[in-house]
Amino acid sequence: MSQQQPAQFTNPETPGYVGFANLPNQVHRKSVKKGFEFTLMVVGESGLGKSTLINSLFLTDLYPERIIPGAADQVYCLLEKIERTVQIEASTVEIEERGVKLRLTVVDTPGYGDAINCRDCFKTIISYIDEQFERYLHDESGLNRRHIIDNRVHCCFYFISPFGHGLKPLDVEFMKAIHNKVNIVPVIAKADTLSLKERERLKKRILDEIEEHGIKIYHLPDAESDEDEDFKEQTRLLKASIPFCVVGSNQLIEAKGKKVRGRLYPWGVVEVENPEHNDFLKLRTMLITHMQDLQEVTQDLHYENFRSERLKRGGRLSSYDKVLCKSEETVVALKGYS
Amino acid sequence: MSQASSLQSSGQSGLGKSTLVNTLFKSQVSRKSSGWNREEKIPKTVEIKAIGHVIEEGGVKMKLTVIDTPGFGDQINNENCWEPIEKYINEQYEKFLKEEVNIARKKRIPDTRVHCCLYFISPTGHSLRPLDLEFMKHLSKVVNIIPVIAKADTMTLEEKTEFKQRVRKELEVNGIEFYPQKEFDEDLEDKTENDKIRQESMPFAVVGSDKEYQVNGKRVLGRKTPWGIIEVENLTHCEFALLRDFVIRTHLQDLKEVTHNIHYETYRAKRLNDNGGLPP
Repeated sequence: MSQQQPAQFTNPETPGYVGFANLPNQVHRKSVKKGFEFTLMVVGESGLGKSTLINSLFLTDLYPERIIPGAADQVYCLLEKIERTVQIEASTVEIEERGVKLRLTVVDTPGYGDAINCRDCFKTIISYIDEQFERYLHDESGLNRRHIIDNRVHCCFYFISPFGHGLKPLDVEFMKAIHNKVNIVPVIAKADTLSLKERERLKKRILDEIEEHGIKIYHLPDAESDEDEDFKEQTRLLKASIPFCVVGSNQLIEAKGKKVRGRLYPWGVVEVENPEHNDFLKLRTMLITHMQDLQEVTQDLHYENFRSERLKRGGRLSSYDKVLCKSEETVVALKGYS
Repeated sequence: MSQASSLQSSGQSGLGKSTLVNTLFKSQVSRKSSGWNREEKIPKTVEIKAIGHVIEEGGVKMKLTVIDTPGFGDQINNENCWEPIEKYINEQYEKFLKEEVNIARKKRIPDTRVHCCLYFISPTGHSLRPLDLEFMKHLSKVVNIIPVIAKADTMTLEEKTEFKQRVRKELEVNGIEFYPQKEFDEDLEDKTENDKIRQESMPFAVVGSDKEYQVNGKRVLGRKTPWGIIEVENLTHCEFALLRDFVIRTHLQDLKEVTHNIHYETYRAKRLNDNGGLPP
């Protein structure tokens, strides 16, 4: 980290100005050049609007022209469904906005919660998450570490059905099984089926149940004291709205003279981006402003947990890894984790 | 035939079954009469809760039994969760049979048989769930099943039409005969009327509510949202009025007759056969 000559900066003549205040700009430029990677997993029963929501969030067509399998197809297809196990489908898309590139991977889990007996529902999903950690651990421990690809799951949107009275047994069991591996963001889907009062009741009920069962969901970090009031207020609002009640749509509807993303009903139009109609904008804001934090928590907490468990368990432990372990102790002491 | 009717509602919790049944009979006839009980947890096994009421309209008294099945479809492992329900229905047939074969019979045998089962389908917009198919496959053989799409205010008109078509097709492909069953149409008039219902209206996409709001100067049952009021009895909003007319105003007697003449007789014949042609 060298210090550059203060050639093109403001106030180069300020006494005592060295110039490393320009580091963030350098980091920014390098990051923009490198691009960002983010892996988002979506879990929930079929029919909760997951794909529509993901498409709405990133204004892309990650799932173009989805053909919904059903009775229109052969009987064979139907019989197959009952036996079906959970699949993992990862789709990657590169989106760019104002020169900033984001390589977004969305991991879908079709089949989750659909079978009559869902006992083995989450095995596939947990294996997938562990596999990504394993792969990263392997790459990190390897000799050539120039191009480590980070496919670890940084965030999991867990879709809760708005039709229930709170969390179902499956929801509780699944979240407890993954809360130490991935950041969970609970989302109440198809929120246009709930009136405002019902929403508040459901949110409170879900939060109570999450606490009751000791489920650890992702907590937004509090705004730093030196941030401006607007940002602090925004963070407060976001924190108070969890779990987010969202509505997704890929259709543009005419409402109040302009075209908006929404759903047209005989009794009115639900606008996706209207904060009075649902929390979609809040979810998007949360994801965008906290993408960095989500990645950090995955790296510093979930991955490190996995790594220490994995290394303790054994497997290949070369002398090189022993060196890593020693330095890890130092790192752990520095970071203050016990 | 008795003036008693039994209506069962089954489906996963939270699909608005209790609210709908209350709305159907415009009175608090269902287990959860007001909002939902905070302390109520999802039961670990399927329970059968039957509550009897006597309701009156225009001088006509009706003894109505509403049967609720909490816990159905809510567990992680829902294998065979329809068995307690099937057992309950058969138990009512058995009770009736025992009374019927008695030497000294009562003039009016108390009828606790289930005349109609409203099965609530979750409005996913995709297709029927494996559990829905299994339940209806088993139960359509012992009771009249009327499939109902719950909380239909979550679907737009197009989504509703598509979903209904898909559901109808899936039921057909799986050989599930819901009420009104094709084979029991008595004459051509019945057939045409029922065909229309079977192929166009059913399954009814409904919305239930026990709250009233002011719309265009009238008090209507509905749901209030930030983007409008959903009127339960407005046919352009949902098909609740069709379901109500179907179950109560036009086909209530037929539901009882089919239960008595077909389902009960099937049960009776099977029991007698098992017993070598002799009454049990």
